Amino acid sequence: MSDEAHHATDGAAHGTLRDYLIGFGLSVVLTAIPFWLVMERPLAAGPTSVLIVGFAVVQILVHMVYFLHMNGRSEGGWTMIALIFTLVVVAIAMTGSLWVMYHLNANMMPMPHELRSVP
Amino acid sequence: MTNDSMTTQMPAPRFYDLEEHEHPEGGSTMLGFWIYLMSDCLIFAVLFACFAVLGGNYAAGPSPRDLFDLPLVAVNTAMLLFSSITYGFAMLAMQAGRSGLVRFWLAITAVFGLAFLSIEIHEFAGMIAIGATPQRSAFLSAFFTLVGTHGLHVTFGLVWILTMIVQVGRRGLIAANQRRLMCLSLFWHFLDIIWIGVFTFVYLMGMLR
Amino acid sequence: MTTPSDVSPILGKLTLAALPLDQPILVVTFAVVAAGGVALLALLTWFRLWGYLWKEWFTSVDHKKIGIMYLVLGTVMLLRGFADAIMMRLQQAIAFNGSEGYLPPHHYDQIFTAHGVIMIFFVAMPFVTGFMNFVVPLQIGARDVAFPFLNNFSFWMTVGGVILVMMSLFVGEFAKTGWLAYPPLSGITYSPDVGVDYWIWALQVAGVGTTLSGINLIVTIIKLRAPGMSLMKMPVFTWTALCTNVLIVATFPVLTAVLALQGLDRYLGMNFFTSDLGGSAMMYVNLIWIWGHPEVYILILPLFGVFSEVASTFSGKRLFGYTSMVYATVCITILSYLVWLHHFFTMGSGASVNSFFGITTMVISIPTGAKLFNWLFTMYRGRIRFELPMMWTVAFMLTFVVGGMTGVLLAVPPADFVLHNSLFLVAHFHNVIIGGVLFGSFAAINFWFPKAFGFKLDPFWGKISFWCWVVGFWLAFMPLYILGLMGVTRRMRVFDDPSLQIFFITAGVGVAVIACGIAAMLIQFAVSILHRERLRDVTGDPWDGRTLEWATSSPPPEYNFAFTPVVHDLDAWYDMKRRGYQRPLSGFRSIPMPRNTGAGVVLAALSTICGFALIWHIWWLVGLSFIAVIVTAIVHTFDYDRSHRIPAETIADTEALRTQALAAAE
Repeated sequence: MSDEAHHATDGAAHGTLRDYLIGFGLSVVLTAIPFWLVMERPLAAGPTSVLIVGFAVVQILVHMVYFLHMNGRSEGGWTMIALIFTLVVVAIAMTGSLWVMYHLNANMMPMPHELRSVP
Repeated sequence: MTNDSMTTQMPAPRFYDLEEHEHPEGGSTMLGFWIYLMSDCLIFAVLFACFAVLGGNYAAGPSPRDLFDLPLVAVNTAMLLFSSITYGFAMLAMQAGRSGLVRFWLAITAVFGLAFLSIEIHEFAGMIAIGATPQRSAFLSAFFTLVGTHGLHVTFGLVWILTMIVQVGRRGLIAANQRRLMCLSLFWHFLDIIWIGVFTFVYLMGMLR
Repeated sequence: MTTPSDVSPILGKLTLAALPLDQPILVVTFAVVAAGGVALLALLTWFRLWGYLWKEWFTSVDHKKIGIMYLVLGTVMLLRGFADAIMMRLQQAIAFNGSEGYLPPHHYDQIFTAHGVIMIFFVAMPFVTGFMNFVVPLQIGARDVAFPFLNNFSFWMTVGGVILVMMSLFVGEFAKTGWLAYPPLSGITYSPDVGVDYWIWALQVAGVGTTLSGINLIVTIIKLRAPGMSLMKMPVFTWTALCTNVLIVATFPVLTAVLALQGLDRYLGMNFFTSDLGGSAMMYVNLIWIWGHPEVYILILPLFGVFSEVASTFSGKRLFGYTSMVYATVCITILSYLVWLHHFFTMGSGASVNSFFGITTMVISIPTGAKLFNWLFTMYRGRIRFELPMMWTVAFMLTFVVGGMTGVLLAVPPADFVLHNSLFLVAHFHNVIIGGVLFGSFAAINFWFPKAFGFKLDPFWGKISFWCWVVGFWLAFMPLYILGLMGVTRRMRVFDDPSLQIFFITAGVGVAVIACGIAAMLIQFAVSILHRERLRDVTGDPWDGRTLEWATSSPPPEYNFAFTPVVHDLDAWYDMKRRGYQRPLSGFRSIPMPRNTGAGVVLAALSTICGFALIWHIWWLVGLSFIAVIVTAIVHTFDYDRSHRIPAETIADTEALRTQALAAAE
């Protein structure tokens, strides 16, 4: 590879074949289990939802490590900082919206369509 | 202020970089693209928030249990996962400097991406055919928009993959093309991560509601 | 909703009836604008300036030129937005005792909507983006931003948004919904006309530009700092610019998404924010303020940076409490994301939610207060020079404190229940936006104008403008505080209670005084250009500056710095002067610079056309222009050769001229 070509990939981490295969294997398992949990329903709804959210979080981490090759060093740590900041902001926006909207709904008179959906 | 008087007595340090080596062109691209992806995350966050808040408002219309076909979603998920690993193979080929192999794996990735899109369109068409249109309820508006936006991103990714197949063919694995392939890699794997959220929160949780 | 029968396949909903020929005010405005526009185009053609403008400005990827273009855009739009303000003030001053005033409701409603949208998106944002574009690369010792082409594209997308808003004046109409277009009023049922669509697509087009420019400047600051400039040696303006751009990237996508969802409701009949089939208008209000509140900090933070630079420079002292200033900025950045609900305390979230957001809102005043004390202590025992930038800074401190305190009043939920949507609120946010963002912009313009053009602005007319603005502001907005406390709500067109009229007349007088201030500012620019030789600065450092932008010539050469400076201290340029730097006079090397390109103009023009076609439901044009955008973008990526080299001899010549100029100035 030419010297110039080498520059382009500086600072970004590379994966190896092993990384990709491990990531793929883990992803398959982490996808199959939640689908099985929901399709076969061996557990009640509550624990099932906790479990599948857990699997999703783990699988997202697996993708970040094995496919995106995230680490704390690339770009002087800025990619990691950007990611953490984004996660914080996303968490604020989503939990905040849910919290605000839940309280708004709880304090409002039910709308006609909601009355209809009441069993 | 003692600090001040000390420093004035010291010899003047180097104030200009006389021997500077130039910044390699495109040295900022990866970070810039990563930050773009972060901003895209926020768009999806809004769509997920909408689905979370409005996803239960069926307006006496169909609910997830009436509509979702989990085996189909599982097949679709598999398509996207396969495309992720084949894109990974393209990146490995790039590191090995084999441009023909890169184009081969890109093409395979595009085929899986296309399969994913076709299945999604098939799924949407089936829902619309039975009257579960995006206009039917807030739940369906949120569902079609969230899943559809992911689909649009995949479509855009496909256009990009095709462009890269042409560009790698014309110019080979020059630095600029390597950079682009790495950005596309981030984009493609990012879409896979969004899909994990979609199948978990929309499809699986929807069936549990 | 329009039925398919009244949508022509060729022109969509666009017919001759869209031209407001029945409204004399608009016809006269159009005549004046058209005459002015034709005169301008004729002059440009007469002086053969088209080629120059296209080659040297429109297609330029030079961050300095793009920054200046942003500022010109903001100034032009300030005139438009201010014209709206005068019309509103006049209407409210005379619509008493049975008089309907002179504006019909549908026109008045468009005016207050347009005023808000234009002032926030097309005045304040271009000002802020312009300053950051111009100053940040110079301050960090870089030669350009990280993505120069993207920078040009971002600017033209902003222009695209401006064009759509301006078009709505004469083709169709603008939204009649207030600047944030709450549904269900902005939904298709209650706003079936194109006004809200103009609003959506103008902001959507401009928003893409803003987001990309945010990404660009973040990466610039992270990657392109001069050697030695660690984060805690970054000038405060650069710090505030970094935080602002982080906020831009973290919030503008939210706006984009919300606008898209509202568009889906309007165009495809979906039910996100409608009143039927499970939609929730409250979700819209919630989401848009997740963008909206950080937005006000996007506007004010860079100006906090400006005030810091100005206070330090004109007090001849290092900024007091640099570290605390940086931490305060970062705190505000994070906290600004946690307060959005205070814009809708009255919507009914209940005590626990309101208390949380009320408290976070009050907490945000702590870092802001810390900043004020830092500026005061910077001035304390300094040798203060009351030049124009410093005058604006002092006026800001006095004005902004009042605005901040009324903000804390509004942050108390029970008080907000009384003051919500009253003129008290209107007075509050004008107090912080005029007193903070505009005063800061004027400080910045007077401060950096000599850097951009090589001569200072005329102080006489500047001072007239200053006093008119400050006095006019207090006259115009103090009556609104009183009216708001008495319970007068915003956006009213006519009034029943004659005892209120005197307040509105006072406010009207205030606006007239501000108008004099704007006129004086335009005169200031003209006089300064005429007398530029008298006001000339050849040193490049007219104010005894402290940061790196003053280390190069005014205006800076295309490459900014022949040799990249090495930073040893926070006030890098001051440090260089104090320790006897030697300007290198030989050994120049060629410098690679990005090449100008028209692709940004073309892409933005196509996007604007696409927006226009979407507004008028001209579907064939939507498809065509959208495909054209994609194809142009892809074709542009086939151009791999995007830079050119400035030869070492050219640089040596340029630097030799500067050496002569500096010697002559001694």
